[in-house]
Amino acid sequence: MKYMHLVYSNLKRKKIRTFLTFASVLVAFLLFGYLSAIEAALEIGVTVAGADRLVVRHKVSLIQPLPESYEAQIEQIDGIVDATPATWFGGVYQDPTNFFFQAPVKPLEYLAMYPEFLIPEEQVEAWLNTRTGVIVGRAIADQYEWEIGDRVPIQATIWWKRDGSRLWEFDIVGIYDGAEQATDTAQFLFRYDYFDESRSESARGLVGWYIVRVDDPDNAVAIANAIDDRFANSPAETSAETELAFVQGFAKQIGNIGKIMTGILSAVFFTILLVAGNTMAQTVRERIEEIGVLKAIGYSHRHVMGLVLTESIVLAGGAGLVGLALAWFAISRGDPTGGAFPVFYFPTADILVGVLLAITLGVAAGLLPATQAMRLQVAEALRRK
Amino acid sequence: MSEFNGTLVKARGVSKNFKRGSETIHVLADLDLDIPAGDFLSLMGPSGSGKTTLLNLIGGLDRPDTGSVEVGGDRIDSMGSRKLANWRARHIGFVFQFYNLLPVLTAARNVELPLLLTPLSKKERRQQVETALKIVGLEHRTKHYPRQLSGGEQQRVGIARAIATDPTLLLCDEPTGDLDRKSGDEILDLLEALSKDHGKTIVMVTHDPHAALRASRNLYLDAGKLTAERPE
Repeated sequence: MKYMHLVYSNLKRKKIRTFLTFASVLVAFLLFGYLSAIEAALEIGVTVAGADRLVVRHKVSLIQPLPESYEAQIEQIDGIVDATPATWFGGVYQDPTNFFFQAPVKPLEYLAMYPEFLIPEEQVEAWLNTRTGVIVGRAIADQYEWEIGDRVPIQATIWWKRDGSRLWEFDIVGIYDGAEQATDTAQFLFRYDYFDESRSESARGLVGWYIVRVDDPDNAVAIANAIDDRFANSPAETSAETELAFVQGFAKQIGNIGKIMTGILSAVFFTILLVAGNTMAQTVRERIEEIGVLKAIGYSHRHVMGLVLTESIVLAGGAGLVGLALAWFAISRGDPTGGAFPVFYFPTADILVGVLLAITLGVAAGLLPATQAMRLQVAEALRRK
Repeated sequence: MSEFNGTLVKARGVSKNFKRGSETIHVLADLDLDIPAGDFLSLMGPSGSGKTTLLNLIGGLDRPDTGSVEVGGDRIDSMGSRKLANWRARHIGFVFQFYNLLPVLTAARNVELPLLLTPLSKKERRQQVETALKIVGLEHRTKHYPRQLSGGEQQRVGIARAIATDPTLLLCDEPTGDLDRKSGDEILDLLEALSKDHGKTIVMVTHDPHAALRASRNLYLDAGKLTAERPE
């Protein structure tokens, strides 16, 4: 620590250069933070997907409905604990840009299927007692400043009401939280019975997909095959898969997010490494004589190497850490798209990767100049005046 | 430092050559030198005669191609680089022609540089710095940066840095070479006082006969050889 003033003084030597290098590294880590949050948002569910849950949809596509009667038939298959339907509602709240997932579900079955949705008992009771009741996730409740007791109008785009109207009104009876940071708390869940009785006659008895719990995750694939076999050659054939595969399939619709992110960040960090490395190389080149003086008065090769490396770590590593902190702060203030992402957070694992990356960048940027400084012969360095 | 019998520096059969392209330049050839403890020795000679090279060999900044250099009983020509750096920190103080202060540090911080290598506490280091700056008469300029000091003052800071660890031997390479006569005289007064009042052994390389006169002994280096008489 007694050498730190020397490190800081050297960094202050060329303030603009130090600032520019610091800023470029900082921005790179800010970008890293945002890309991590976006990746987490786009792959939502992958991290929390239940290994014992399957999703059963129509074989043709997700938008083709399945008969409500399948629930009982699915539950008869060996190894299945429970099955519950869900349906894409796709309504608009005030403005089409206010996007969040809306689905009619069977309250107790759905909540049992997703134990990661945490909601007080009395709010579940209220949901069961209120036909137009809806429970909403904390994220959208905060975003739209909803409170229990509020009435929320939703304009249907798919499911018109029996009387021809498109307006559905729901009463908020509960707000659920997520058991984990990655739990989707942007869902708007209302009662299936209300939905089914209110929609047009021709659409009744149809659901979007089923979520199925199996007793042994090891048998998930075999059970999925059994479900598909059960409905083979029927008017509505099914495609069953694990929830993980289902969610990944969704995420992959816009490409391999992880690969895209790795590609962008590799390019950014390689550039930043060159920028920081160049700064450090330049700073050592300018100080050859001073390094010679330090060595003359007794600083060893290792001392000098340590000083240059510390300077690099403070500059690049410090900027990286500040960038990560800023990213964390900005991300925790909310989704910049105004709700397009169901979750938006900086995953802890990515923060740790970022910290490691910042330190590695500091070391990598300073390694070559520090080695040069270490190898510098003192008499040679002093002769350069 | 090991035991020694009054001769602080003992160089025997020292040769040093440099390569410049395919050409070999013989700078020092089979040179012997004894410097008693407490001596104030000036080394004179024409440019390129090897004065600075000899100073570097005595200070452990370079190694002879042949021969031995013993300082205070320690064979420094055969020391490993790490041990040599440690030895320099404890026993040698360097004063350079162009002061070689770190421009980003204040006078006090510059003087403190060699003390950072010692196990002294912050408070002890501060006391040592104050003492060194007081000896050179700059106790009122501790917080000034080199750019805020005159050449003479910068050289005095350089001397304070050299004596901060209370080294056995002071090696001065043209300490007045970049100064006007008045400032140069002040530096020479200071070196003389360090020799007489503080018992420092000083080796001073200089081109200036006026400066050399202030030393207690003068040696001349020419064509790699040392003589007591100024060569014609």
